[in-house]
This record gives sequence, structure tokens and C-alpha cells, in this order.
Amino acid sequence: MNIKLNGDHRSIGDGASVTTLVTELTGRGLDASGQATDGRKIGVAVARNAEVVPRSQWAATALAEGDELEIVTAVQGG
Amino acid sequence: MTPTSIQTQNDPLVIDGVEFGSRLIMGTGGAPSLDGLGAALLASGTELTTVAMRRYSPAETGSLFQLLLDNGIRVLPNTAGCFTAKDAVLTAELAREALETNWVKLEVIADEHTLLPDAVELVEATEQLVNRGFKVFAYTNDDPVLALRLENLGATAVMPLGAPIGTGLGILNPHNIELIVSRASVPVVLDAGIGTASDAALAMELGCDAVLLATAVTRAQNPVQMGEAFKHAVVAGRLAKQAGRIPRREHALASSAMEGRAEFL
Repeated sequence: MNIKLNGDHRSIGDGASVTTLVTELTGRGLDASGQATDGRKIGVAVARNAEVVPRSQWAATALAEGDELEIVTAVQGG
Repeated sequence: MTPTSIQTQNDPLVIDGVEFGSRLIMGTGGAPSLDGLGAALLASGTELTTVAMRRYSPAETGSLFQLLLDNGIRVLPNTAGCFTAKDAVLTAELAREALETNWVKLEVIADEHTLLPDAVELVEATEQLVNRGFKVFAYTNDDPVLALRLENLGATAVMPLGAPIGTGLGILNPHNIELIVSRASVPVVLDAGIGTASDAALAMELGCDAVLLATAVTRAQNPVQMGEAFKHAVVAGRLAKQAGRIPRREHALASSAMEGRAEFL
């Protein structure tokens, strides 16, 4: 299916969840609660169609055709 | 141990029940590299720093968040770049999720030219964020009326600007800053406009609880040295405020007694 990620078109397998997408993007494994399996903080947040998806819901949130996802992290800023 | 060191050690900055030994909050904006930033942060002695929230890029090398975690520096996400209360609230929600903190530096600016806070949107966003359980550090104009209103809406700290962001013009209206401090019962953090160490010392002498700056260090010719300069400036200003300065006088006042002078023919 086709989604938009951070403003760009992206193709992702049918049945993918937010967890699938975050793992594809960051290369980090995630457990069911949305924490990185390497034990370090993942430090990203996800908004789907302008609504924040709590990390505890990432695994249970299936993506749908045409979804608009924003994945953000901390960068330098005053 | 000297009395001075006792005094500084027993004088932590307390925000939302969290104690900080340093009253300097150094933001991370404007540094050309992550390594250089890390060195400047450490030299400044800061224990709390601001970050912005932006789209994740796999190409980005190194994680700022990880750098801060590794150095034990607490993170204060900002809503920089937001022009409306709606955007600021969504950005704060993302920051809370990403960084696992309910603290937010609320920045709602009116336009890119002045970068000055939009008072109407700021008030609206403060109200919404407080209702959603955030601890709001409200970046505000140097307006005593607005600052008090933000406090009454439940802001955890008010952060009046000294001058517009990135200008380095120092504290343009010291009287207003003093007035804000005199009426506040939450911490007052002088935020933005600081150019050099004496500006930060002045902020503390005016009674501010802390100083927040980024550009003044990260874009200095020697950021590490400037970070250290600010560390001392904030301590000096705080000590001077507590020590109680002499009143200003119109005429000279001799500090040496006139009696007992030798007489010459």
C-alpha cells in the first residue's frame, strides 16, 4: 500500500503497523510496548493523520492506504 | 570551605520539584556539530537543555537525545517554529511521546522576521497544554501583564525575552524584567537575546531564577570558552543579587575617612 511519510510517498507491505514502519525507518527492533529492544531510548514519536499515536499503541495500529505519517525526533534547537 | 561556596551549593534552582545545581539552561540550537555542542554543554555546566522536534532522518549521524542521556543532561523540548496554538499543542504531544517528558518550552511565534511570541496564541496554548497535563515553560514577551497571566493559567515557569531570539542585544528592558520577577511566584527564566556573559549576570542581578541561552555560546568564536564564561556569570550575578548591591547615588561618597589626615605645610 502507499502512504506518505514525512511528506514523501512511500510503499509499505499490506498489513503493516506503525511498529513495522518505525523499525523500517530506524533499523531498531521494538517490543510490544514500543520500546527499543536494544535497551536504549528510541526517541521518536509518531503522528498518523495529525493524531499522535502513543508508543504503547504502535503495534496495534495498522496502517491504511493513503495514511499520512509524521515521525519526529529531537534535533538541535534553542 | 569558604562561605561563598557554601552559599552556591545550598542554592539550587527548583522547577516542578526538580533541583538543578546550575542556573544556566543552555539550549542546543546553532551548533555546527554534535561533538562541538557536547563540549560546550559540558563546559557550561548546564543540567537542562532545550531541543527542537523535527522530522526523523535516517541520514542523520548521531543522536542528540542519546548525547544528552549519556551526559545526564535533562531535556526540555521546545515548540520552535510553531505559529499557532494548534501546532504547538501537537508538537508538545509529539515531544512528550518521543522524549518521555511532560515538560515543554512553549514557543508560539508571530512571524519569522521578529520571532516574537504571539501573545494571543501563547495564552491559548498555555491553557490547553496545562489542561493536558504538561508542565509549561512559557517563552514570553517582556510584558509583566502577560507574564502574570501565564502564571495564573498554570505555567510552571515564565521565560521573558531579553531581546529577540539570536540578536545578542542583551536585556533591552531591565525594568520590565525586574517587574516580572517582583510579581512572579513561579521561576522566572530570562530567555533569548543574551549576547555575552555580562548580560547573563545582569539577568541574575535583576532577580531572575535562571538564564536560558543557546546562540551566544554555540555561535561564539570559542563556544567551549564562552560556555564556561556563562557558567561563572550566572553564579556571579546570583551571588551579587543575594549580597545586596549598594544604592546608586548622584554624588561621590568617599570610602576613606577624612579625619586623621597628615597635614603638610
